[in-house]
Amino acid sequence: MRNSNQPNNSMAISLVRPKSIFWHNLGKNWYKFSRNRLSIVGLVIVAGIIISAIFAPWIIPYPEHTGPFVDFENTMQPPSLQHLFGIDNIGRDIFSRVIFASRGALIMVVVVLALAVPSGVLLGLIAGYFQNTWIDSIIMRITDVFLAVPPLMLALAIAAVLKPTLMNAMIAVTFTWWARYSRLVYGMASSVRNEYFVIAADLTGASKFHILLREILPNCLSPIFTKVALDVGWVILVGASLSFVGLGEQPPIPALGQMVSDGATYMPNYWWMSIFPALAIVLTILSFNLLGDGLRDMLEIGRD
Amino acid sequence: MKIGSFLLKRSLHSIFVIFGLSVVIFIIGRVIPGDPARMALGPRAPEEVVQRLRQEMYLDKPLPEQYFYWIRGVLSGDFGRSLVTKRAVSEDIKEYLPATAELAIFAGILMVIFAILLGTLAAQYKDTWVDNLIRALSYFGVAIPAFVAAIIFMLLFGYYWPILPVLGRLSPGISYPTRITGLLTLDSLIQGNFVVFWDAFKHLILPSVALSLLHIFQNARVTRSSMVDNMRKDFISAERGYGIPERVIMFKYLLKPSLIPTVSVMGMGFPNIFASAFLVEMIFNWPGISRYGINAMMNKDLYVISAVIIVFGSIFVVMNIIVDITLAFLDPRIRFSTGRGI
Repeated sequence: MRNSNQPNNSMAISLVRPKSIFWHNLGKNWYKFSRNRLSIVGLVIVAGIIISAIFAPWIIPYPEHTGPFVDFENTMQPPSLQHLFGIDNIGRDIFSRVIFASRGALIMVVVVLALAVPSGVLLGLIAGYFQNTWIDSIIMRITDVFLAVPPLMLALAIAAVLKPTLMNAMIAVTFTWWARYSRLVYGMASSVRNEYFVIAADLTGASKFHILLREILPNCLSPIFTKVALDVGWVILVGASLSFVGLGEQPPIPALGQMVSDGATYMPNYWWMSIFPALAIVLTILSFNLLGDGLRDMLEIGRD
Repeated sequence: MKIGSFLLKRSLHSIFVIFGLSVVIFIIGRVIPGDPARMALGPRAPEEVVQRLRQEMYLDKPLPEQYFYWIRGVLSGDFGRSLVTKRAVSEDIKEYLPATAELAIFAGILMVIFAILLGTLAAQYKDTWVDNLIRALSYFGVAIPAFVAAIIFMLLFGYYWPILPVLGRLSPGISYPTRITGLLTLDSLIQGNFVVFWDAFKHLILPSVALSLLHIFQNARVTRSSMVDNMRKDFISAERGYGIPERVIMFKYLLKPSLIPTVSVMGMGFPNIFASAFLVEMIFNWPGISRYGINAMMNKDLYVISAVIIVFGSIFVVMNIIVDITLAFLDPRIRFSTGRGI
């Protein structure tokens, strides 16, 4: 991706693929990242959220409140020192439930991106390499179709025909997400394939597999990473929206969107039931976005 | 390329996309495990009723044939019959879509106005407190899903500071205007009924702000960074050199080319507003397509789900064409070259 490997009129035409900028210069990258304090704030909060989600069953004050638990003696209590976010309509500690629910949100992000990104990238690579052939047409026309509906809408429809579980919500979001990556990579791959180092590899008899994965892919990585970093917030948003309408983790297991929608019924007087999960959603998306912005600034070339 | 052939090419592409979408949504509906007729009627329905529904839905025919029957109906405006409301899906959509459309269009207008306004302000006062304030607001704005904004507005304006209505489209006691377009504000304006217009307008404010918030800030950031990039360009320095007033440079020469990326992002934003209207409507009790759609989704009402998806896909496709035309207007270099997408 560095301009140095652009075909030019100078004597030396590079036939060697440029080294991926991401894995080298780690020190310089960290410097670029850490210059923006907000990125550091994002990184710290994200780290906190991830750690607390992983260790949730051991660190939350009332672990049994995340399962089938009712306590009709103590319901609807406002936030206090024992119960930081208050108690809900059937006596469960909302703080414990919010922390526990962030697990589902993070698992969704990991699963969706781990499935959607490689498949989208691979399809985009193939379509870009075989540009202007029938392979390109088929892949990119299907991509167009999946890009033609708002992701939330399509995910709602798919999740709705399946059984409402976290797993199916993840499948639904994955189905809507891959197309963005194949579009992104398609554009890059179809220009990188004309670079001299790719042509050289082709001439020396490298396999298609080698060319796609070892020559073209490394040169598309930093925009992909940038997009992944910025997409995390969107996946959380879509996931929370799905669980808000009831298409996600089912009660009694808590999910952030589900808690907001449950609490909405008790809105005026028992505001803490939905406001705290809502704020948790905002904080999670916010911190991932800050982190993502930092990563983008770090990876984007020529933006010093 | 001439605008006529450009439009023709884009329309053909759009038709293809919608056709592909219909195939996708059909497959999603039919390939899932389980029998749609059985799922629609529930486990306790007698077998012969289920059998009759299966025949009505052509479920006993092979898949391609099923698709053919369905798409033939869709092309003539017949989306099938809803299993929940027992009415024609097209009629239901005609009834519920205008309320959603009014909300989404109003939110879209807010998005365009405020995104450009905030973005321009931030760029004009770059690196001052104005810019920093807008940036800080944007970080939060982009992180607030529409339904969270709706809940917070509900709490603030519904209970603590009741200056705006939070439920429905009209106050109780005010009767709906005669239906022309289905958009209450437009209908009441056409009929000169300003009482209804004002009431409908007030009801629109909170839901549409909740819907557009995220997109306002997202696009404000896009506009700002694009304007800041363009400020460094030579043509702006040249205009400064000619002594053209700063204000004129800002709005006449800088804003137009800077809006190019904004328009692209907004084109994607508008269909997303439509989709999130689903959630916001639930909270504000807005009688739009959301309750109908959600109901259909919960009951696996396949005809309704596919119809809603196709309607939304069509909105998206039309939006893309509008965006392309706007871009060509903003950027003479584009000259209607037909690249893929925007």
